[in-house]
Order: sequence, then C-alpha cells, then structure tokens
Amino acid sequence: MTVVTKIIEVEHLNFRYPQTEGRPALSDVNLTIEQGEWVAIIGHNGSGKSTLAKSLDGLLPLTPESGIIRVAGTKLTEASVWDIRSQIGMVFQNPDNQFVGATVEDDVAFGLENIGLPREEMLTRVHAALERVRMTEFADREPARLSGGQKQRVAIAGIIALQPKIIILDESTSMLDPTGRIEVLETVRQLKEQADLTVISITHDIDEAANANRIIILDDGEIKESGTPAEIFQYGERLIELGLDVPYAERLKAALQRQGLVVPQQYLTEEGLVDWLWTLHSKM
Amino acid sequence: MMNKLLLGRFIPGDSLIHRLDPRNKLLLSFYYIGIIFLANNWLTYLVLFFFTLFAVYLSNIKMGFFIRGVRPLIWLILFTVLLQVFFTRGGTTYWSWGPIVLSQFGIVNGIYIFMRFVLIIFMSTLLTLTTPPLSLADAIEAILKPLRVVHFPVYEVALMLSIALRFVPTLMDETEKIMNAQRARGVDFGEGNLFQQMRSVVPLLIPLFVSSFNRAEDLATAMEARGYQGGEGRSKYRILTWQARDTWTVLVFGLLTGVLVWLRA
Repeated sequence: MTVVTKIIEVEHLNFRYPQTEGRPALSDVNLTIEQGEWVAIIGHNGSGKSTLAKSLDGLLPLTPESGIIRVAGTKLTEASVWDIRSQIGMVFQNPDNQFVGATVEDDVAFGLENIGLPREEMLTRVHAALERVRMTEFADREPARLSGGQKQRVAIAGIIALQPKIIILDESTSMLDPTGRIEVLETVRQLKEQADLTVISITHDIDEAANANRIIILDDGEIKESGTPAEIFQYGERLIELGLDVPYAERLKAALQRQGLVVPQQYLTEEGLVDWLWTLHSKM
Repeated sequence: MMNKLLLGRFIPGDSLIHRLDPRNKLLLSFYYIGIIFLANNWLTYLVLFFFTLFAVYLSNIKMGFFIRGVRPLIWLILFTVLLQVFFTRGGTTYWSWGPIVLSQFGIVNGIYIFMRFVLIIFMSTLLTLTTPPLSLADAIEAILKPLRVVHFPVYEVALMLSIALRFVPTLMDETEKIMNAQRARGVDFGEGNLFQQMRSVVPLLIPLFVSSFNRAEDLATAMEARGYQGGEGRSKYRILTWQARDTWTVLVFGLLTGVLVWLRA
C-alpha cells in the first residue's frame, strides 16, 4: 500500500498586494494537496489563482502573519525559500518571458547553473530532460525559431532537469494554440506518470481542469468549491455564475436532459460523450 | 525573419576562422589594431594588406560583406584622408593655395591613412561575421574576469549581455506588431520631414517601453522561481576551449609583428 503524504499544506493564508486598497487577493485559504495528485485551480480573472501559485513558491512578500505554507513538510520561511523553490517547478503564462537562455539547451541549463552543478552532470541532465519533452533535435535553436508550445516544453525541460516534486502550471497553456496546448498537457501528463510528480494547474480552460483529480474553485480570493471534476461539473449553471465556461460536452448533456433523455451523471469528455451517444443510439 | 536572426551580421560557417576561440579572435582583433600603427612604409602596408586578404580568404565569406562594412564609415574616412592630403607638407609641392597644400608626403600619408582604416574595418568585420554574438558575449565575460578583483560584477554583466541578445528578436517582433497596429490607426512611418518622422516614433516607443518593463518583471519572477540568486556560486554550461589552432594563430600574429618591425622604416 502506498503511503499518502501531504506534499502541500496551506493554513489560513491571507495576502494583500502592497499599495492596494479594498479586498485582499487571498483571504483565509486552507488547502491540502497530496503527493501525486493533479489539482486544477480555476476561477475568473482576479480570483487569486496566480497569487496562490506564486505564494506557494515564495515569490510574494509574505509575512509570518499571512498564514502558514508547508511544502513537503518544510515550513516556508525566508530561510527555507530556496530549498522550497528547488522542489517546485513553475511554468508561467508567457512562453517568451521565461526563456532566459539564448538557445534551448542554455535555457534548460539555466536552473542547473543556479545550483552550481558540475558541467558533466549538467550535460547529461540537459540531454535527458530534452529527451523527455521530445525537444532534443532543437537543442541549439534560438527561441525566436520555436513555436509557443515548443517554448513551453523547453520551460518544462528546464524544470524537470532540476528534479522537482511539484510542477505548477500557472496558465501555461493560455497563450498557446490548440495544438500547442495538447502538446504541453500531454508532456506534463507523461512526466507525472514517470516521476510521480504532483501537478497544480492554474487554468481558465475547463477542459484542462477536467483531466485533474480534483478541482478547486477560487472566487474573490476564497476557496468556493473543491471536488472531483464530476462533482464540480454537476453544478452546471452555478459554474457560469462563477465566471467559468462549462465544457461543451456538459452543455450538450444538459441540453439533452432538457429534451427528456436520461444522461449519465459522471463527467464525460467530448470523446466519451460521442461514445455514449452512439451506443445509446444502437440500444434504441 | 531571417535578417533578424543574422543579428550582429554573423554568417554561419565552418571555416578555420569560424572555429577559432572567440576570446582569441577578440583579443587578436584588438592586437591587430595596435600593430597596424607599426606600419609606416609601402612594404609594411603591403604585408598587412595581404595578411588581411588571406584572413578574409580563410573565412570563406564573400568580399562584398567586407566592402559593405566600409560603406557606413566612408565619409569619416574621406574627411580624414582629405585632411591628411591637404594639410601635410613635405617632399615635392605640387600645388598650394593659402594654408592648403598638395604635397608628395600629403598624398602618401593620405593613402596610408586610407589603408589603415580599411584594414581595421576589414579585420573587425571579420570578427563579427565569423563569431556568433553569444560567443562574443562569452569572450567578453572571460576577458573581464580579472576585474572581479575590484568587485566588478562580471557574471551579472555577462548574463545581462546574453539576455539582451536573446531578447533582440523578441522585441523586434513586438516593434513590428506595434507598428502594424499604429499603421492600422493611420500613423505614417517614414513620411514627412525629420521632425515629423521623429514624432511618429513616440507612439511606438511608449508601448514598447511598457511591454519591456512587463517582460522584465515576468522574467525576473521566472528566474527567481528557477533558483537564480545572483552570479556567485553558479556553474557554467557554456565553456570556451582553447585549441592548438588558437595557439598557432597567436604565433602567426607574433610572426607578423616581427616582420613589421623588421621591414618598417
């Protein structure tokens, strides 16, 4: 039996951006994420999704009064922040603004240079990381010659080269075209399987959230709902109230239900719904 | 797209000159500018001329690129040459008008100065054509390294240089996008007199500045998230290796210096 460990614990987290009036960006957030989970955090603009992600990585000026964050059992403090950052890899929204190196391999090596790894070790790790995101043939390319999806895959390679326990995707697919989006998510999914990673994906895209083990809905800096995709998507209309798009398959299901058909309760992907539809037809 | 990637006019290739260590190339280019001043007669200039031509030949790059390197400086060169020609006295005087003279020495000096300019430009063009900008940045870092003794932030400057180079194509794309957006709103670039042209750049620069600052902030966050804590304690992925051919080139330059000293008047 595998022992389930709490990799991330957040207790009573409050945060207000300096020099801002009004409501705080995060208010009394409590959250536990287990190792190996894929958690999607959704919510509309300004709901505090990215703030939450950044605070987990110690990228915000948190004070001891802000609340407690524990990553793999270590409490986030000024002293432990670099140690915690080494366990978390973050992929940000804009593919261009996180590409530090002048070429693909230089960029993958950037994080390794930061921890002062010897060069021989770097060479093997860079090569292995590029292999795993299938970007080996692009090793000497400049970022200007890569697509958005490829740049994000390089960013992921730069992260897994550091062998973290957690990957945070901070709207990493929102600036990509559909192909790039699939490319990136598929890569993360495979890596998660291979290395038993914990994935936190911050997203607007509810189809991306549908593949998670658990969905957390943030609204006005508070956790509104938390549950499996199937549970969350049952809220239907309420999801729209929270400013989210319900996936097409779910809207179709709701429409079919209004027409008097008995539809399955659990969440279905578009493909799953198509399968259900044609088997339904053959039963009739 | 392609011309953006030819940043610093680098032309990819696999010649002997391309494969030299960038540190070596950079230092020897400076050294060359120094030894050009040793030349003071026909023979020494002829030696330097053929030496430079041979280096150009070894680079496998068409002569046209080098001549194009001279073009932007042609007025400066002509001005300096004419000053030399008309204000140097000595030898036979062919013509004179007030302080202006056309003398034998003047003409000879003018030609020497012209040669000096062209040779220096050819050699530095050879450096930029055969060395990728990133390697040049590495070379600058290596050369600046001794300055760490006086607490000069060598690593930070080197990283700054390489990030600057990496963002040139990104910002060029952005400029083009903003220009198109402004054009769609009726802004005319490159129309009217100089003042009007300068004014039309303002609506271009402001959005570019704003977005650059946003990018810088994003980049800083991303770098911090990846564990960047300043230059100390970092290891280097990119390394430069000094090879036998580099030693040989240095010896050839030494020999050239010897020949120049021996032949000069």
